[in-house]
Amino acid sequence: MAHCQSPFARTLSRRAMLRQAALVTAGFSTLSSRFTSHAWAGDHPAIGTYPAGSSGDTVNIGAAVPRTGSYAVQGEDELKGWQLAVEHINSGDALIRAIAPKVTKGLLGKKVNLLAADSGAKPNQAVQEIQTFINQHKIVLMTGSTSSAVAVALNKFAQREKVLYVTGISGSNDTTGKDCVRYGFRQNFYGETAANAIGPLLVKQFGKNRKAAFMTPDYTYGHTVTKSVNDYLGKNAGWEMVTNQVSPLGTQDFSQYLTNIANSGAEFLINVNWGRDAVLSIQQAKQFGILPKMTLVVPYQIPFLAKETGAGLTAGVLAATDFWWTLQDKYPLAKMFVEAFDKKYGYKPEWGANNAYMSFAIWARMVSEAGSFYPPDIIKQYEKGETFPSTVGDVHFRKEDHQLVRPVVIVRGKKPSDMKNKEDYWEVLEVVPGEALMQKPDAFGCNLGDYT
Amino acid sequence: MVNWPNFISQLFNGLVLGALLALISSGLTIIYGTLGVLNLAHGAMFMLGGYAGWVAYTYTGSFIVALVAGSLFVMLVGVVMERVIIRHFYARPHEDQLLVTFGLGIVFVETVRFFFGSLSQSVPAPPPLVGITPLGFMFYPTYRLALLGIVIVALIVLYLVLYRTRIGMIVRAGIEDSAMVDALGIDVYKVFMLVFGIGAMAAGFAGIVNAPVVSIAPDVGEAILVQTFVVVVIGGVGSFPGAVLGGLIAGEIISITSMFNPGYSYVMLFVAMTLVLVLRPYGLLGTAGRE
Repeated sequence: MAHCQSPFARTLSRRAMLRQAALVTAGFSTLSSRFTSHAWAGDHPAIGTYPAGSSGDTVNIGAAVPRTGSYAVQGEDELKGWQLAVEHINSGDALIRAIAPKVTKGLLGKKVNLLAADSGAKPNQAVQEIQTFINQHKIVLMTGSTSSAVAVALNKFAQREKVLYVTGISGSNDTTGKDCVRYGFRQNFYGETAANAIGPLLVKQFGKNRKAAFMTPDYTYGHTVTKSVNDYLGKNAGWEMVTNQVSPLGTQDFSQYLTNIANSGAEFLINVNWGRDAVLSIQQAKQFGILPKMTLVVPYQIPFLAKETGAGLTAGVLAATDFWWTLQDKYPLAKMFVEAFDKKYGYKPEWGANNAYMSFAIWARMVSEAGSFYPPDIIKQYEKGETFPSTVGDVHFRKEDHQLVRPVVIVRGKKPSDMKNKEDYWEVLEVVPGEALMQKPDAFGCNLGDYT
Repeated sequence: MVNWPNFISQLFNGLVLGALLALISSGLTIIYGTLGVLNLAHGAMFMLGGYAGWVAYTYTGSFIVALVAGSLFVMLVGVVMERVIIRHFYARPHEDQLLVTFGLGIVFVETVRFFFGSLSQSVPAPPPLVGITPLGFMFYPTYRLALLGIVIVALIVLYLVLYRTRIGMIVRAGIEDSAMVDALGIDVYKVFMLVFGIGAMAAGFAGIVNAPVVSIAPDVGEAILVQTFVVVVIGGVGSFPGAVLGGLIAGEIISITSMFNPGYSYVMLFVAMTLVLVLRPYGLLGTAGRE
């Protein structure tokens, strides 16, 4: 180890010393800039990415969205909804201003920038990506999820990092139930509201004491939706769950599950599977002759389902959903949204894109009304529970669990011969007001946690 | 759901699934056995077969054309892949081989996604095979029955090529000791190219025949790749009969377990793999020393 004594080693160590000195200087300057920005933000202490994230002329939003895997198709649609919303916020579009009147061009004088990464619908991957966005880009808002497993993980992460989170698609009761957080907000419908909206229609149409087979994806979304639907049908109409086929997310061959269902004596196939899993399980149920022998029910609608399976398989199927583009005949804002989306992307938006757009529009409203990027101020703005317009009529947030009180839309699949154009897959039967569909705020064990 | 009709139905399901796994795995196992390269792009080959077949079907409307065109296309991709990239990795460490084939897999999947999107595409079964056939104990999709037949024929053809032809003899010798084959004056690199092409073709062929059952999407090969590895480990690396046996065992484990609780199907599959690794580290029909 004679090398250690060489002059070369000494230069190295001198260099290391220089580096260390530079680090110390950098540390001081960061500290001092912290102090200045602290003074800048008035009486708000620094929290999460505040005020660093909103001190420039651009604010960043980070999205972890599935662009590969079983939910890729729905993820792409979601991403387009977010992109359109950001574009509208930055241009001060009439649609955004109808929802968030105080938005000018940009938000509080800042341009909004969207960053996106592929989550593959995997919770750990999504959390890692958002962590990177926080570290490198000081994002002021995080979003993403087409799987409630991701939504629940990002909820917890948002609360820990004190950065706001608006969910993408998330149907689990847990997201604003036992896994709710102060920093998380959900725009879309979920298991319980879906069940309470579609349940009465099923009972009215098919009567009491029927036998149903369930297909359930094996994670929080699947289990809570299946439970809500089964509880409703069981308690109110004596329906019996004769089998519940639980499959992992990403299953491709459903033959074993379908064989069990074929031998179960069920009259109804209530399919809670989602994304590509739903497409494949429905196509294969047809191959096994289960459809059309059994009646298919989709309690939690899947964007592009009819397009992927073909309208022949969804004809007559009842489904609960968040949005369908023909609602444009009923709601002026829906019309503006559908037209703007169609013009930009060349197809009619599905509910994932609508949910994405609305969740950003609502966030823009809350930030502009609060007049600040300080997260607790924005949260309190959400919690005021003010009524505001949306693409499905007037809505408001529930302060106890951060769930939007909004209608659930019941649709029925059209026969191919009844379709007026190639995207006219579903007919809107009912728009069920949201208030009565929801459980009591504490029924699913929601405890929001702290503001700071 | 535990009763005789369901048991027999699931047994049958396991047979169909197992046969398909056997076909895909045999491709993976002969490549690994001969070349020593664990091809992580094998799932992508399965996917490419499905897409090539789907494109051919869209243009011609013929399932037979789709079958032939798809198989040949994937074989060609395999040969080009071996010539251009893989052969530079024979002498390099296994980690490098894993990385390069894994990377190629991603490239194939994302290229397909770029051109065709993520939407599922379906290839309809040939008209005579559409519908349901009563088997006595259950009604079974006619095409799945045909699939069983098609895969069995393909496996027999593969067997004949490997065990009844001169080239097959060289391949099998290569699996046992490729250095010796080289020393005997046989151009072992030409054989490697051929093996890679045949192995890829087995996956591609399986990809097309499976397309009417599971409609295709760019990620279709990912799950299959994992199952295929389990099959190869259970059956024994480099062993063609091992791949067939392993495939059938895996198919039956998945199906029978799902009769009791589908949630445990894959758990049981990995339990079986672990047991095999503990009791017979080289797999059921594998032998020590194979690369």
